[in-house]
Amino acid sequence: MTVRQIAEILDAEILCCEELADSVNIHSACGSDMMSDVLAYVKDQGMLLTGLVNPQVVRTAEMMDMCCVAFVRGKRPDAAIIQLAQSKNIILLTTQERMYPACGKLYKAGLDAGKPI
Amino acid sequence: MSELIHLHYDVDGEDFVSCGHASEDVRRTLKSIGISGEVIRKVSIAMYEGEINMVIHADGGVADVSICEDGIVVTLSDTGKGIADIDQAMQEGFSTATDEIRELGFGAGMGLPNMKKYSDSMDIKSEVGKGTVVTLKFNL
Ligand SMILES: Nc1ncnc2c1ncn2[C@@H]1O[C@H](COP(=O)(O)OP(=O)(O)OP(=O)(O)O)[C@@H](O)[C@H]1O
Ligand SMILES: [Mg+2]
Repeated sequence: MTVRQIAEILDAEILCCEELADSVNIHSACGSDMMSDVLAYVKDQGMLLTGLVNPQVVRTAEMMDMCCVAFVRGKRPDAAIIQLAQSKNIILLTTQERMYPACGKLYKAGLDAGKPI
Repeated sequence: MSELIHLHYDVDGEDFVSCGHASEDVRRTLKSIGISGEVIRKVSIAMYEGEINMVIHADGGVADVSICEDGIVVTLSDTGKGIADIDQAMQEGFSTATDEIRELGFGAGMGLPNMKKYSDSMDIKSEVGKGTVVTLKFNL
């Protein structure tokens, strides 16, 4: 599924790297507000959904080789966070959806949870 | 084993926002010299966990990375409060993090076990009131 399709499903606004939205394909995703858990439990998920907003969200995504972060519950990162993501080619989305429905909609559309580690 | 590249960073203990700079730079360097994606990921995750620990549990410190023909050694040294019981700290889920740290998305007690998982060897030396030195080795 492309990030563009994901953005449509979540009715999300693309905050940066929109030029990549049609070419970057995501196969699995994870949702968490704890970056500790993302670093410890995630493997090969291309996308993170989170309600946490700080620069470490972008750095965590980078270390995990993720290409997209969606902020749920209408959370909006500041300009510095957007710039950080831009410099790493990580696409940022923001959606009004809460965590559970956001994950549910994507799961239903075929985005799975990846292999457990 | 002769050293090919040495990288040195100061990690500012007061600056949560910038924390991760050292790991980001190491990642860039490893990419630029053609290290495999698999190794880059292991080094990035383990070093980033260590860098975060230096900021949230200590007062910052220094990170040194030595890249050799057959391996990468990451050394994280701080002069923070130290770890009283290293075996306990190594257990999954053990954390002394405050609610304030949890609100920043850290403090699940998973960092040290994760650093052990992703490195090929890990050594911790710590003295209460003096500081902590974590050494991570990765084979190439
Ligand atoms: N550099 C350090 N200086 C002092 N204490 C440390 C240091 N690193 C770790 N610790 C202690 O060891 C505990 C476990 O560390 P670990 O990284 O596993 O978990 P955490 O940092 O609390 O949470 P997480 O890593 O999941 O965000 C910490 O809560 C802290 O008490
Ligand atoms: Mg930690």
